[in-house]
Parts: sequence; C-alpha cells; structure tokens
Amino acid sequence: MKRLAVVVVLAVAASAPAWVWNPYHLHTLIMAGIFAVLALSLNLLLGYTGQLSLGHAAFFGIGAYATALLTVKLEWSPWIGLGAATLVPAVTGWVIGRLALKLRGAYFVLLTISFAGVISLVSVNWMDLTNGPLGLPGVPPVEIALPGLPRLSLRTKSAYYYLVFAAVVGCYLVCLALIRSRVGRALIALRENEALAESVGIDGTHYLVLAAMMSAGMAGLGGGLYAHYTRFVSPEVFLFSYTVTMVIMVVAGGKGTLAGPVVGAVIFTVLPEALRALTSWQWQMLLYGILLIVVLFFMPKGIVPTLLEGRRRA
Amino acid sequence: MTAILEVKDLSVRFGGVAALSDVSFCVTAGPVTSVIGPNGAGKTTAFDVITGFRRPTSGQVIHDGRAITGWRPHRIAERGLVRTFQKTSVFPGLTVTENVRTGLHLRGRVGLGTALFRRPRVNEEERGLAGEAERLMDFVGLAARRDERASALSYGEQRLLELAVALAARPRLLLLDEPASGMTASEKLTVAALIGKIRDAGITVFLVEHDMRLVMGISDRVLVLNYGRLIADGSAAEVRRNPDVIRAYLGAHGDVDA
Amino acid sequence: MEQLLQHLLNGLLLGATYSLLGVGLTLVFGLMNVVNFAHGEFYTLGAYAVFAALVGASIDFFVAIPLAVMVGAAAGAICERCLLRPLRGASIDTIMLVMIGLWIAMQNAELLGWGGVAKSVPTPFPSRPVVFGPVSVSLLRIFVFLVSAALILGAHLLLARTKLGRAMRATFQDRETAALMGVQVERIHTVTFALGAGLAAAAGALLGPVFLVYPSMGDLASLKAFSVVILGGLGNFVGAALGGLVLGVAEELGAGYVSSGYRDAVGFIIIVAVLLLRPSGLFARAERVG
Repeated sequence: MKRLAVVVVLAVAASAPAWVWNPYHLHTLIMAGIFAVLALSLNLLLGYTGQLSLGHAAFFGIGAYATALLTVKLEWSPWIGLGAATLVPAVTGWVIGRLALKLRGAYFVLLTISFAGVISLVSVNWMDLTNGPLGLPGVPPVEIALPGLPRLSLRTKSAYYYLVFAAVVGCYLVCLALIRSRVGRALIALRENEALAESVGIDGTHYLVLAAMMSAGMAGLGGGLYAHYTRFVSPEVFLFSYTVTMVIMVVAGGKGTLAGPVVGAVIFTVLPEALRALTSWQWQMLLYGILLIVVLFFMPKGIVPTLLEGRRRA
Repeated sequence: MTAILEVKDLSVRFGGVAALSDVSFCVTAGPVTSVIGPNGAGKTTAFDVITGFRRPTSGQVIHDGRAITGWRPHRIAERGLVRTFQKTSVFPGLTVTENVRTGLHLRGRVGLGTALFRRPRVNEEERGLAGEAERLMDFVGLAARRDERASALSYGEQRLLELAVALAARPRLLLLDEPASGMTASEKLTVAALIGKIRDAGITVFLVEHDMRLVMGISDRVLVLNYGRLIADGSAAEVRRNPDVIRAYLGAHGDVDA
Repeated sequence: MEQLLQHLLNGLLLGATYSLLGVGLTLVFGLMNVVNFAHGEFYTLGAYAVFAALVGASIDFFVAIPLAVMVGAAAGAICERCLLRPLRGASIDTIMLVMIGLWIAMQNAELLGWGGVAKSVPTPFPSRPVVFGPVSVSLLRIFVFLVSAALILGAHLLLARTKLGRAMRATFQDRETAALMGVQVERIHTVTFALGAGLAAAAGALLGPVFLVYPSMGDLASLKAFSVVILGGLGNFVGAALGGLVLGVAEELGAGYVSSGYRDAVGFIIIVAVLLLRPSGLFARAERVG
C-alpha cells in the first residue's frame, strides 16, 4: 500500500510539467524542489544528530557563489559549478564540525549563527571577489552537452524542473541510504543519548563532522541549483529569512523523518504563493513565527509524523 | 591470572572536594569484582575516570597493559571496555531492536562510502547484525518486547535493555554501575543470574552496587571505597568481617548485611 | 594616542549598554536555562516604546525611558506566562525553537506596525559633543552610560541583597527545595524573565536615541548579548558586566583600526573564538549568580 502511494506521488511529480500549464505555478514547484533539497540538508543535522544549525543559509549562499564565480568569472561549465557548489560548502561544513568538537545545543547554534554572520559580512564587503551588494548577474544556464547529441540548454522552466526533480530524488535517496545503515544509526544515537553512544564505541565528533559535511554540501547544491535558475547571485542569499524558512519546513514537516522536510518544503513554498495575492511578505513571516510556536505546542513531532501516528491509531 | 585493569594512585579533585584520593587496585580477568561503599564514596567517579568520561587530577588507568588515562570513551570501548550508567541510559526514542543494533556499532564496518555506493554490502551487514541483536535480546529476556519503544518499557526492562546494549559492544571487561538499583527482588535475581552467565561467557565483570546480598552472592572479590579512599580489598567473606568496613557503614547508616 | 583614547572612551560608553543586554540574557540563559533568541526583540520593543512615547504621546524623555523598561518587562512577563510556563519541562531544544518563533513573530509584527523605515528618536540633549581635553563625547552618551551602570548595579543589588533576589537564586539552584520553603516558584520564573526582558528593553530605550530605530535592530543586539554572555561565562553576572565592556572596546578598536564594515563581525568572532578556545568564558572564576 505504502509503495503504491510512493509510486503515484512520484509519477504525479515527474509528470508535472505536462499538466501544470501556468508557468508561474511551475516556478513555484521548482522553488519547492530547491527548498526540499535545503530542508533535507538541514534535517540531516537537526533531525538526525539533533543539532540545530541556524547558519544554513550560509552554506546555501556559499554554494550559490561558488558556482556563480566559477561560471561567470572563469567561464567554466555549470556542471563543474554545481560540483563546486556541493564541494566547497561541504569542506566548510567539515571545518565547522571539526572546530565545534564538543559544542552542543545552544552553543553549536551560536557558532553556526556567528559563522553565517561573518560570511554574510564578507560577501557584502569583499567587493573584488563578490561584487558586493551589486551581486553577480549573468550566471549561465545549465547545459547538457553529450557527444553526438544536440546541445540541450536547460533554459525553460520545464527542463529545469526535471533537473531539480532529479536533485530532490537524489538527495532523498542519499539520506535514505545513510539512515538505513550503521552510519545512520550512529547519527541517531548522537541525538538520542550521546554519552551512551560513546560508551558503545560511537565517535561523536566523527559522526557530527560527517553530518555537518553532508548537510552543508547538500545545502550548497541547493544554492547551486538556485544560482543557475535565477541566473543572479547577491548577498541576499545569506538572508536570515532563508534559514528561518528552512527551519520551519523541517520542524513543521517533521524532523527526523525523510518525508517530513519534503512535505514541509512543498507546503511552505506553495502556501506563501497562495497567500501572496492576499497578504504581504511581512504578514507571511509573522505567520511563520506564530506557526512555528503553534506547531511546537500542538504537533511537536511535525505534520507528517502526527498524521502517520493518527492513522496508525485509527 | 592477569590483571585486565589496573588503577594507580588515581585522584580526582574538583572544587575543594577530593572525590578520589590515591586509589590503587587491580581487577583480574575472569572473576567478578565489586566495588561497594557508602553514598558519595567515589564509586561512580572511579567508573567515569576508567571509562574516559572524566579526566583524573592525577594517576593512571591501565587496561591490558596499555595506559588509557584520558582517552575518549569511544576509543576505550573499542578496546573492549564497556560500561553502563547509574541513571538508566537507553536510546529512548528507538525500539528495543534498534537500541541493541546501535550497540552493535563496533561489530559493523560500513562507512559513508559503502552506505551510499555498495548497498549489497550494507544489506549483508544488516542481516548479520539483525541475527546478533536477536541473540542478545534473547539473552536478557527482552525478545518479546523487541518492537516497543525504549521509553515505553518498565524500569526493570530498561535496565535489562541497557545490559543488552552494553553486551552488544562485545566487551571483554564490563563495568556495571548499580545494575540492580531500583529493582524488585525477582528482577534482582534475574540480574544476578545474568551476571553469572556473562562471567561464564568469559567476560570480566566489574560492578558497583549497593545491594549487599547481591554483591556478596555473586562477587569473587570485593573492593570497598569510603570518602574517596580504598579501605578494603579481599574476598566477600573477608570484607564482611573487616572492622574498617563495618565502621564505615555503621557510621553512615545501616549494617553490612542489609 | 588621542585617537586611541577616543576609541577607548567610545567603547566603554557603548560597552555599558552591551553589559546591560548581557546581564539580562545571562539571567535568562544562565539561571532559567532558556535559550532566548528573542532577547533582541525586547531590546527593539524598548526602542519603539520610547519612540512611541516621545513622538506619539509627547511624553517627557526622562519619563519615556522608564516607561519603555516597564513595557519590556510586562511583555516579558506575558511571554513567560503564555509560552514558557506551559512548556515547563520540555526539552531545551523545543524551548529554543519556540523562542525563535517568538523572535520571528515579534520582529515582523514590528515591521508591519511601524514599517521598515528607520526612525529617529528626538532627545533633549544638545547634539554638540562636550570636549574633555583630548576626547569628546556627547551628553546623550554619558547619560546612556550612567543609566546603564545604574541599572546594572540595581539588578546586582536586587539579586544579591533582597529577599526576591534570594528567592530567585534559590529557585534556580533547587526548585523543589525552594518550593518546599514557601517560594512561589512559578511567579519567580515570570519575574526573572520579566527582569531579563526589562533590562533588554532598557538597553533598547537607551540606544534607540543614539542610533536609529528599525525592526531588525534586535538581531545584532541578540547576537551581541550572546557574545557578552559567552565571554563572561553562562550565568555569571559580573562576567557579563565586564564582557559587555570588552565587546564595546573591541568593536570600537576594530572599527577604528581595521575596517568599519566589519564592525559587527567583532561580536561574531568573539563568540567563535571563546567557544572554541575557552568555552567557560574569560571570567569564569568570578562570582556566579546561581
């Protein structure tokens, strides 16, 4: 039964460009996909090791800048750009993990916020590298150039949708593979009872670094996808509101599950677009804050787990 | 008889308090050794230092001839030295099976690369670990509760789970911190029997306990700590008769045979 | 040399408000173990309260400041009663996330209510700075410094010398025993949080007129408050007071001799450096509150 539902959902999602006529709606779905990658990345850290990063927009931004700089200034292929968008933040994540060592809880959060704050200031002030507040326009679209076939430029929304869709599925599968293994169990053990985990031989630092690295890399991939879609990167990618949105998606969707963040990403991309006609962006953020509190009070596990539990009991 | 664990002149001081003062003892491989002593005598502190959860102010911990003072807990566990905790310590959100499988961490090999790119290898390992987990749950008698969330277990069951998780890490030296505390009389008998079986399986057991009957019943050797100092070291019968020990206990409260 | 003295003076004057922010947060984070990411929002609330009192209701400046502090304290009390009390016993992570939700909600409420345009707060002080030999300083900043120092001293006396202070320290050291001894534990929680919020609002009320008032001013204030708390050691009142001065001076020196664009980075760098090198804080051996 569950497998059938998954197949149906995948089929519907995969065929979306065929039946979503309004290009604006397709745009919304593409953004939902990018955010799904971001939410899955934050979930790796928050949902599985239990550590909260409030600086995740920094990895998103570093990924975006990495690919923008390589493709605009050095004119390298966007595929290399996307690779760099994943690798550079991953290395950064590794550094943070290694530096954080024994920091947990609120101290880890503060470390991530501070890191993000410094990066954001650098992107604004280091004009020679990043062009400062003016940003980097002209990020080239992703192209598929296989020998013998015509060059395919992913310029249209439909084409880009498939790229993002593939990325979401790929990230989901990576998370799944990780969770269903000894590595995933070690991460979860950290969240559940770190002292006990250490006592049975699980190296807390090693696994936290691993999670930080993968989480950052995935967020960077999201940034790369964003850069080649909007074709423009500016310090605005470091806006705290991106981090906030990611946190809401994961917490409200259901941290510690894999479907939760994806569902959360879809809801919190589609919902604001639906509300956009009615209210302004500030109202939306205000509602986000209130919603976060409400969810934590009444559905602390998140939407997906609460629904699943409700069905199991019924 | 070889000394599997040796503690030399161990001292732990924090604030103005000396939790342990120049404590030295050996634990021989094979027999069950217990540490007793009034509350606050420093027993759990000693465990914490031995297993890497606390740095000593001075002194050495030697395991199998290798100095492990100040090593991190997971490295000590890799050497086959595993402990349980005084306060019930399980992975609350996970099921009994998942708890035990997590404890089997050291028996697995799969790392990030294998998890992502070599699924058949992962599946093979998972199957092996599943079998091991079953065996361990049977051993402690929790097989029937395998799909229950650890937080839903009764107190006594959680302590048995703790034991299973610790055993999963394949210890050669097992440190049990008050394994019978808070248990009913029949649960205590179960624990005592399990400790006996563990010893028979070749694992050296070193435990801290308050329940005198349990200690005297299963221990081959007893150490007594008081105010951070070692005041007696001998067989159960010898220790029971030791005037220093009697004074330490009567001075605090109760009587050695309680 | 004169430049250095000027920077030091500016740093100390500003630092006193950072101390005020830090002391308020160390009470909440250190005593109550609540990771209050909304601390900066009470700061903003204080600033807007002063603005509203002065521009909207034409209240005298020297009345507006204490009024703003009371508004902040009241808001803190309400938040504690409605958000924290029902969640007593929940994990520290849940509470942290709830505070983040409060942060987002408060900031955007302010954005909606007042608009994003920065507001200037009129003060009764002359804008021309007073010159003391090699250094110059505006009367407003001296006023801000004196009031901050007074509030910090007042809070310290409250905690150390009064019955309420004793009750607070008792509650957070051992809740059950305190309750058994007749301390109204729930009310103490509310009062403590309100005190923290009130001190933050005071910092906002004082700094609003010095700089400008805008909805996101609390973000940096929160961070700097955390920076001060970490610098001084969690729960360490004197540490927070001293830490604020250190941050103020460090910022001024950084802005003056390195680059003004990276001024706010000083707070971040302090957090990172202290957390990585000496997590218990620079002044760890000083007096603890709890």
